[in-house]
Amino acid sequence: MTVAGVMKQFQVVGRKAPTEEVANPEAFRIVLFAPNAVIAKSKFWYFMHQFRKMKKSTGEILDVVEIVEKNTSQVKNYGIWIRYDSRSGTHNMYREYRDVALTGAVTQLYDEMAGRHRTRPRSIQIIRTAALKTEDVKRVDMLQYTSKDQKFPLPHRVHQAKRGAKALSDRTFTTVRPTTFFK
Amino acid sequence: MVFERYVEVGRVALVNYGDSKGELVTIVDVVDGNKCLVDGAAAGGAPRQVISYSRINLTDLKVALGRGAKGKAQKAAWKAAGTQAAWDSSSWAKRLANKKTRAGLNDFSKFKVMCAKKSKSAAVAKKLKSYKK
Repeated sequence: MTVAGVMKQFQVVGRKAPTEEVANPEAFRIVLFAPNAVIAKSKFWYFMHQFRKMKKSTGEILDVVEIVEKNTSQVKNYGIWIRYDSRSGTHNMYREYRDVALTGAVTQLYDEMAGRHRTRPRSIQIIRTAALKTEDVKRVDMLQYTSKDQKFPLPHRVHQAKRGAKALSDRTFTTVRPTTFFK
Repeated sequence: MVFERYVEVGRVALVNYGDSKGELVTIVDVVDGNKCLVDGAAAGGAPRQVISYSRINLTDLKVALGRGAKGKAQKAAWKAAGTQAAWDSSSWAKRLANKKTRAGLNDFSKFKVMCAKKSKSAAVAKKLKSYKK
């Protein structure tokens, strides 16, 4: 279950393949996060075979739909409950993110888990997600951005034109120190 | 070292990278320490988007806005504060407009600019010389 870049939300419906004995097997629905529909189906079978005696080769996918968030014009607080395998064990974790869409928050989660805990995407299982009210936000680093009249300067910036200058171009070496202070 | 420009709701900023490069936007909400939600509805152009702080330059201008304000409220706030006029009269905006005009000149116009520059510097030099005597 690789993850490359931006995550999307999918609803996958599947069941055991019908046989003569069971002509109409029970269908199961899972809402999950994956970068594309192919990986969403793969994840469906991964989770499903833990709950029921089902697998890809003896089952069928009935439907895969991407769930697109309608309101992406407001910043929201998201809480995400996860379970992940570290090098030494399995842990449960609760994390918070601010974003305009849940999928954005989940993408941030995968990136942050990789950065802070060296966790690979295959070791992360999302248990639950929720959009939080401001008063329900727990984490201090999110709380500081939920206050009403926050303001902060942008100290020590590198000028945009100086970013990404090609190695050994005219701009690589200079005798003038860059100005990193902007009003 | 006192800061004058802050990341805050209502701060007007100039986008310096990407599809909306060169367009004015208003900060409508702060996402986190790396990015904010901006909207170019009042300045006419840039779509509402989450943008990194490295991709915007803060200006001196600020409008009175509520958190997550929509296009209509932004336009009203800009009108009330006279933001567009304030921006247009700033030397920053004038310099950008000047750059744009210069970049769009054809060869003959560039030649005319060169001639004008020459006659200007000649006039300056002449006046300077008269003071040196």
